[in-house]
Amino acid sequence: MSDILEALQNRILVLDGAMGTMLQRYNFSEENFRGERFKNYPTSLKGNNDLLSLTQPQAIADIHKLYFEAGADIIETNTFSGTTIAMADYDMEDLVYELNYESAKIAKYVATEFTNRNPKKPRFVAGSIGPTNKTASMSPNVNKPEYRAITFEELRIAYKQQVEALIDGGVDVLLVETIFDTLNAKAALFAIEEVKEERQIDIPIMVSGTITDASGRTLSGQTVEAFLTSISHIPLLSVGFNCALGAEQLKPYLQRLSHETEFHTSAHPNAGLPNAFGEYDQSPKEMQTLIEAYLKDDLINIIGGCCGTNPEHIKAIADVAQNYKPRLVVGV
Amino acid sequence: MMSETKPNIPKTKHQKYLTLSGLEPLVVTPESNFINVGERTNVTGSRKFLRLIKEEKFDEALSVARDQVEGGAQILDVNMDEGMLDGKYAMVKFLNLIASEPDIARIPLMIDSSKWDIIEAGLQVAQGKCVVNSISLKEGEQEFKRQAKLVKRYGAAVIVMAFDEKGQADTYQRRIEICKRSYDILVHEIHFPAQDIIFDPNIFPVATGMDEHRLNALDFFNATKWIRENLPHANVSGGVSNVSFSFRGNNTVREAINASFLYHAIQHGMNLGIVNPTMLEVYDEIPKDLLQHVEDVLFNRRDDATQRLLDFAETVKGDKKEDATKVLEWRNEALQNRITHSLVKGIDKFIIEDVEEARLAATKPIEVIEDNLMTGMNVVGDLFGSGKMFLPQVVKSARVMKKAVAYLQPFIEAGKHGKQEFSGKILMATVKGDVHDIGKNIVSVVLGCNNYEIIDLGVMVPPEKIIETAIKENVDVIGLSGLITPSLDEMVYVSQEMEKKNLNIPLIIGGATTSRAHTSVKIAPKYNNTVVHINDASRAVTVVGNLLQKNNKIYKAQIREEYDKFRTQFLKRGKQKDYISIDDARKNKFKIDWSTSEIVKPKKLGIQIIDDFNITALEPFIDWSPFFRSWDLHGKYPDILTDEVVGTQAQELFKDAQELLKRIFDEKLLKAKAVFGLFPANTINDDDIEIVLSPQAESRDHIEDKRVTFLTLRQQLSKREGVPNLALSDFVAPKQSGVRDYMGAFCVSTGFGTAALAKQFETNHDDYNAIMIKALADRLAEAFAEYLHKEVRTKFWGYASEENLTNDDLIKESYKGIRPAPGYPACPDHLEKKTIWKLLNVEKNIGVILTDSLAMWPAASVSGYYFGQTEAKYFGLGKISEDQLKDYAKRRRISEDEARKWLNPNLAET
Repeated sequence: MSDILEALQNRILVLDGAMGTMLQRYNFSEENFRGERFKNYPTSLKGNNDLLSLTQPQAIADIHKLYFEAGADIIETNTFSGTTIAMADYDMEDLVYELNYESAKIAKYVATEFTNRNPKKPRFVAGSIGPTNKTASMSPNVNKPEYRAITFEELRIAYKQQVEALIDGGVDVLLVETIFDTLNAKAALFAIEEVKEERQIDIPIMVSGTITDASGRTLSGQTVEAFLTSISHIPLLSVGFNCALGAEQLKPYLQRLSHETEFHTSAHPNAGLPNAFGEYDQSPKEMQTLIEAYLKDDLINIIGGCCGTNPEHIKAIADVAQNYKPRLVVGV
Repeated sequence: MMSETKPNIPKTKHQKYLTLSGLEPLVVTPESNFINVGERTNVTGSRKFLRLIKEEKFDEALSVARDQVEGGAQILDVNMDEGMLDGKYAMVKFLNLIASEPDIARIPLMIDSSKWDIIEAGLQVAQGKCVVNSISLKEGEQEFKRQAKLVKRYGAAVIVMAFDEKGQADTYQRRIEICKRSYDILVHEIHFPAQDIIFDPNIFPVATGMDEHRLNALDFFNATKWIRENLPHANVSGGVSNVSFSFRGNNTVREAINASFLYHAIQHGMNLGIVNPTMLEVYDEIPKDLLQHVEDVLFNRRDDATQRLLDFAETVKGDKKEDATKVLEWRNEALQNRITHSLVKGIDKFIIEDVEEARLAATKPIEVIEDNLMTGMNVVGDLFGSGKMFLPQVVKSARVMKKAVAYLQPFIEAGKHGKQEFSGKILMATVKGDVHDIGKNIVSVVLGCNNYEIIDLGVMVPPEKIIETAIKENVDVIGLSGLITPSLDEMVYVSQEMEKKNLNIPLIIGGATTSRAHTSVKIAPKYNNTVVHINDASRAVTVVGNLLQKNNKIYKAQIREEYDKFRTQFLKRGKQKDYISIDDARKNKFKIDWSTSEIVKPKKLGIQIIDDFNITALEPFIDWSPFFRSWDLHGKYPDILTDEVVGTQAQELFKDAQELLKRIFDEKLLKAKAVFGLFPANTINDDDIEIVLSPQAESRDHIEDKRVTFLTLRQQLSKREGVPNLALSDFVAPKQSGVRDYMGAFCVSTGFGTAALAKQFETNHDDYNAIMIKALADRLAEAFAEYLHKEVRTKFWGYASEENLTNDDLIKESYKGIRPAPGYPACPDHLEKKTIWKLLNVEKNIGVILTDSLAMWPAASVSGYYFGQTEAKYFGLGKISEDQLKDYAKRRRISEDEARKWLNPNLAET
């Protein structure tokens, strides 16, 4: 049994909060993003947060530290866009391996430091695998509904590369997250299974979908149950939802998910819904109250935050999570 | 440890039940009724479908699929196995098309092929959990295992044919043997979830007249029963219609056989099946005598069962149902309801006939779009907005819309003298720093469907490119999109830049994090033209339509009012403040260190008049780009002359312009005059500039109160830290600094003679040159202003005597010092012209007069100020608040109402 599985049986594990929100605080300039190494890179690099693992590694490490200090058990690597597909926007496809490898290294280094400090609370690194910026089951061109901007095969290859680098960098878990098109996620899971088979290894997988709005469906149109059905063919450490909604709006879908699945469940909602200015203004206290409602209803095994959450939110969540028993998983 | 070798621990609560998914889940429980698989989308089973696919009539092929779903199919079987077809291509294309039809895609797919590569291609385009149809031991265990493993990895369930190396199972014994062997390999070696296995123990035709077929139905029933009892959690399926194959052409009998067989198969444990619902009688409604004959055959109850059924069949021959297109109830409704229904449901089958009906009833074909279709699209928008429709459905609606519009297009064009015209040109862009473009693309397409020309700049588009393209392409509407929150700021920035560049194009804002509140509070105040927030694609059509209609003033005013109101209410809630008080703005003025700032005393103070300027000297100063723009030719001079699209036209126009210009020069058709003055000046009370008139100055004589003060307006928008709230007065040293500073004012005109000439041309029915002369006069006036500014900088004031700028540099405003003009962004207050007129005695000196609304006459005139300060720059005032308005009225010594009238465009609603 992996360490994380053991930990999951004993307590609710806390996932970290937003990386982007924390990076915004640094207000990095184009130059900061470029660093010395990419000083003369031909494309604009500002906004390529994943690149900061190479150009501002200290900032990334510091953010990881802040989340661990806040009480997180699992931190996510800074690799949300670490595929050749997403990196094509910056002409940085060739850097994908290095970005993922280094990001994993940074996170693992910080995690090990914290685990050594308190071996009773082992810390874990989840390799963040984002959805890419293309959808495999929807056409970007309404006049050509049969057209696809990306194929399963292209996704599989890109994800495989990311997965290999994350594993080489030492992640403990793979987290396929913010899934708005289930077919993309299936390609990621396919790639992971291939890597597992080729390397004769096992590595826990977390899957986290995104319910985009009040329709209660993913962007690609699936209901909670259809989504769950579509990704349950692989043994998963957990399945859950993140992003797009706040803890309050997410709850009904989480209830349905928790009711339907016998995997562990996870949630990392946003700090409420963005206000009119795109700011997430739900306070840690408010979020804590909403999360406590999850815990009371026995919905959760892994809980954290997405957009707009910061270490204060995570601390508030960790504080309340320790008072509750993890959701009982039948069948494990 | 390898995942594949792990003991399989199914973890979902439906672990023991086959669970599939399309957009919605399908759980096959013992309580479920028989799961009906639609079979008409199968080229081997439907000639019609084969023809449609062969002829690439995918639209109609989709309606076959839709009919299946509407007819109650719970899984859709798709098969493209035909020798003449590229099966892989057809499979992928059709499944992709289904994915964009939510009412079809909601049910799971069954990917049906005898070729593994077609199956795999199908699996790669389906997001849901499908059924693979099928695999078998036909080619040996190794291949069977390989395929099973992949099916598992793709996350699909599988149909396993009762087929092995020796062939198809055709007896009870062979059936159960092969199924058992397959099951053991799958469950124990591959760890395939048992509930994801569906056996097909082969349904063969009955009543063939051959003895060896007499047990076909019965063996199937018994094998089914055995599987359900002996192979835990496995399911049983079959292709039902095959059983009645012998009675092709006699639908009554076929339907009875199918229904009866199905009934008994279900009783024996078959829980899925491929059935054509239209080829199925209701079991209870099969006439008793027919049923008797059918069941005698199925259960092999009599030796002569087949013959008896054949005989009986002769008596019931005839197609009673004849696959009649069932009359759809909604087709009987009123026209608008039908059109709306088609749009909402995304059904394009009837839209042409409905639109034609609407066209015949309408006065003009365009009304069908504007009224009937838009009414429907608004319903779509409302449903989408309230979460009752979701994105793919809206996209489908757009396609129906497009079809309708395409049909109407020739009629609309015919009414327009055969000239094809777009309804408008829309620029679409995802703002800088953002790469999300799904929503933007959808809006683009929906608008495209509605006859708008779309210029899509893609993602991460910098503001300069948006503005440049908007100007160059002369777009009618700019659409900005973004998903991530920093994009909100970027949109505000773009709107500011647009304002700075004096763009006069409505702006639509969309994207996941955008909102009406943000748009009304943060964007609308930054931009003088209309700004509308649109939260869904279907609404975009209405909004753009309203923006581009001829009488759009009311709509624009409505929007402005609505947003202003919204903003006021929003701000009343207290949180965000957009404007700072005029006092705070003054504290945040642009600061110049006057102790070190270099101030040059003009070489010649006072007023100078140029009465009859040699106009030919202006030729090199002409900025030709706006000239072409005035003729609706868009592009930068001189590139425009070689432009692919307008180049030829531009060259012709340019040639004509040159000819007329030559006449103007040779025959001295136009007169150029100027008056300008340079004066000692200092800023007083932050925002006013006091002109000091020397006692000797001739200008004193016509100024009664002997005082001239320019009033400037100060930006009040809340700025980022370190960014000042500008007023033009910031560029002149304040009185209390003790530093003597200077400024100037000017008015130039090249318009004398224009009106007469234009009239002359018009009389000769030469509208072309009538317009040309005005356009040239305008250009010459601008050139004169440019020329004079240069003379002032280098000679009369002389602070830039070393300056050596090309005409291009001048156009780019790369000179030192500025010459802002009242009525333009830095100083929108037209009343300032009165002060200039007073100071320079313009009317008397050169004869340019001000109209009641403070326009200059002749029109080809330019007036403004001169600021020589190195740090002076052009800016846009933006909106000002009530406190500055009151303050300004006092300073101007006019009533607040009058001040409000003049400054209205710049007043922020409070």
